[in-house]
Amino acid sequence: MAMPRRLADNDVVLKTTGITKIFGGLRAVSDFDLSVHKGEILSLIGPNGAGKTTVFNVVTGIYSPEHGDVVFLGKKITGRKPHSIVSSGIARTFQNIRLFPDMTCLENIMAGQHCRARSGIFSSVFRTPAMRREEERIRTVAEQRIAQVELAPFAHELAKNIAYGSQRMLEIARALATEPRLLVLDEPSSGLNPKETQDLMSFLKRLIASEDLTILLIEHDMNVVMGISDWVVVMDEGKKIAEGIPDAIYNNPDVIEAYLGRDEGEA
Amino acid sequence: MQLLLEQLINGLTIGSFYALIALGYSMVYGVLKLINFAHGDFFTMGSYIGYTMLVFGIAAATAQFGPWTGMMVALVVSALGIALVGILVERSAYRPVYRAGRLPAVVSALGASIFLQNTIMVIWGPRYQAYPAELIPAMRFQFGQISITLLQVIILALSFILMAALYTIVQKTAFGSAVRATAHDRNTAALMGINFNRVILFIFTLGPALGAMAGVMVGMYYRQISFTMGWNYGLKAFTATILGGIGNLPGAMFGGLILGVLEMLGAAYISAAWKDVFVFLILILVLIFRPTGLFGEKTAEKV
Amino acid sequence: MGNGKSAGLSKLFTTTPWYVPVLFSALVVIYPFFATDYFIDIAFFFGIYALLGLSLNIVLGEVGLFDLGHAGFYAIGAYVTAILNTRYQIPILALLPVSALAAGLFAYLVCSPIIHLKGDYLCIVTIGMGEIVRLALINNPFDLTGGPNGVFGVDFPKLSPNLVIDSSIEYYFLVWAVVGLSILGLISLQHSRIGRAWNCIREDTVAAGATGINVRHYKLLAFVLGAGLAGVAGNIYASKLMCVSPESFTFWESCLMFCIVLIGGMGSIPGVLIGAAFISLFPEIFRPFAMYRMLVFGSVMIVMMMVRPGGFWPRKRGGVAFRSLLEDTGNGNA
Repeated sequence: MAMPRRLADNDVVLKTTGITKIFGGLRAVSDFDLSVHKGEILSLIGPNGAGKTTVFNVVTGIYSPEHGDVVFLGKKITGRKPHSIVSSGIARTFQNIRLFPDMTCLENIMAGQHCRARSGIFSSVFRTPAMRREEERIRTVAEQRIAQVELAPFAHELAKNIAYGSQRMLEIARALATEPRLLVLDEPSSGLNPKETQDLMSFLKRLIASEDLTILLIEHDMNVVMGISDWVVVMDEGKKIAEGIPDAIYNNPDVIEAYLGRDEGEA
Repeated sequence: MQLLLEQLINGLTIGSFYALIALGYSMVYGVLKLINFAHGDFFTMGSYIGYTMLVFGIAAATAQFGPWTGMMVALVVSALGIALVGILVERSAYRPVYRAGRLPAVVSALGASIFLQNTIMVIWGPRYQAYPAELIPAMRFQFGQISITLLQVIILALSFILMAALYTIVQKTAFGSAVRATAHDRNTAALMGINFNRVILFIFTLGPALGAMAGVMVGMYYRQISFTMGWNYGLKAFTATILGGIGNLPGAMFGGLILGVLEMLGAAYISAAWKDVFVFLILILVLIFRPTGLFGEKTAEKV
Repeated sequence: MGNGKSAGLSKLFTTTPWYVPVLFSALVVIYPFFATDYFIDIAFFFGIYALLGLSLNIVLGEVGLFDLGHAGFYAIGAYVTAILNTRYQIPILALLPVSALAAGLFAYLVCSPIIHLKGDYLCIVTIGMGEIVRLALINNPFDLTGGPNGVFGVDFPKLSPNLVIDSSIEYYFLVWAVVGLSILGLISLQHSRIGRAWNCIREDTVAAGATGINVRHYKLLAFVLGAGLAGVAGNIYASKLMCVSPESFTFWESCLMFCIVLIGGMGSIPGVLIGAAFISLFPEIFRPFAMYRMLVFGSVMIVMMMVRPGGFWPRKRGGVAFRSLLEDTGNGNA
């Protein structure tokens, strides 16, 4: 399996081996292996209920798996708390946008810098010079990120008051503000109109080209998947059924069956 | 052994008060996600209405037709009266703030509680009142070593009948399933054609009515009532609701009974003064290990 | 942004017009010189409720944790002061930080195992905690708390052997000085990574975790700080009344604190002052109505929530302490 666009194995950023997550009696994810390589955009696709979001929740520490391991940059992160996984360099967005609605857009992004700052209770109450310098840095990073997603004019609007498409971009900016090495996006194009989807695609391409970053995303929109992915992994019923470069996946009979066999109209 | 059994019966007796009150909390919480702080005061007011009936209105009837009539009339009038109060409170204090979210409703509920409590004080006065003695003949039944009073038998029987009736209505009738559906998902239930206002009407009639009857029974059991007693009973009943798993009706009933038994066992075997501490400690321990109560469903948050 | 001062406290007031805090402070300073001792005492209790409101506001307002047992922390502060002062003659002012630490430590120990509970489950556990404290005080463990009668003979605070705080006006200035300092500290916190982390947890706990905030740590921190500040209020209260008894720390008192925060507006410091004013002044103003005043009080609470469900002075967010963004990007390009 020589895949020209993929780099060698020692460039693996994230590796899951045999992860299994069970809800009640249901095996949402079963014995799932995934390797994400440095600098690539990897799309995880599959029909509704295939277990994609569960994989994301296991990777980002929201669920801990019954079996299996998650290794990130050579370190085992299985079962660690979400905040500590963010510190180690994985940031995420949610399928149904989860911002801090009653905080301003800029504050939302500043929250992303939280894990890169150290000021404690004493220095915060007394506003020590070190704390002020740190606040200054947090604000500078947040301002750069908000400019990057072109939301600077809305910096002081409450997050709940901006347009849906802008909220999606704000959530990505918040994730970027945590200074991640791996960005995990759960259906970033869902709810966006065609123009916004195009903008998102070119944004992600620019991002991966300009920063030391790897992107893992769940996507339903096949145009997006085919347009930006370096590698595609297909899930069905909690298992991996295929993986490969986008063109190969597009013509894979198993994949077509998984989609058309059960979940017409989707994708 | 004898002490244990007698404390069990005493515990079940108070537990059935808690259970009846807890049902009201649980129903309102299930549908509105609101802690109805005024519920304890429904209970108190029910007790006072029963007191008035027994002392003034129907003393003559009791003398003529025997104690049972007095008790039944007191229970029924108190239940009807408090059901009406319940609807009025819902209309005036809760309905206008539902839409604003949960927290304003909490303040509103506290306001309603203060209002009701002080209404009781204004009407019946700040002092303790005493239920008439000997409403029920002071008979005792002896089962081996343990004895149980006729009043306890009546209270236990009546409570279990009421709980069974409520359970049947909620679990077995079409209207009950409308209530459960609304508790589960208000919006979907509304889409299925369930009339939300009728569900509200239902829970704000039955809940307070059950609380009121518990109030009358507490009056007959302890004889002494005060206008502030709703706080204490309300707190215990709310604890029972959580212990059983919030919004879960059988859970609330069992929670109440378990709480009553724990309280009496704590009083007998640990110390009467520390019994409530014991009860709250158990509650906290249960929640540490079962964060959604004894019978609550474990809910994984959808992410 | 080299001019460090402008990033300091003065700029943090920009949500409210500058003259509001100035006028309010002036009023606080001038008031006792025009009021009788009776009215100064009322304003003293307004100050105590303001402190309690500020302390609960950290837990309930900033982090959104339903704490209906806050009177327990208040009680710990008051009893620690009363017991240590009457038994070991430790000066009241020295006990001020001790009370805060004791209440904070108690909160840490009690809340650690329960902090993972959600919403109403946490609420009932805090109620239970408050009740356990109160019942324990009544039961007089180790003969420490004096049972239902409480502890008598708490001393006056002494700044120096000759400077004793013992009159109404001195107590008034003591409590309002503490309120003032607390407000400055809390405003600083609101505009720090800690304050933002708290608000994130309130807005969406899962998203807060996924944004790198240690949810458990910051919830506990809020409880510890809130309890500490309530402990401070307990210290001042104990020395003002010269005695403490369990009936001052009932569930009802916790409910009042809850109302202070919600009537004012969650997470809003001016809101807390308004809520505290309502709770402490209303029953006094309506004293002529005698037994009907609490009826009115209850009704007014309901009506307030109908008229202003978000509170009377909700926290405004906006340009707060941030530089104008467009101007800044301009600088960056230059």
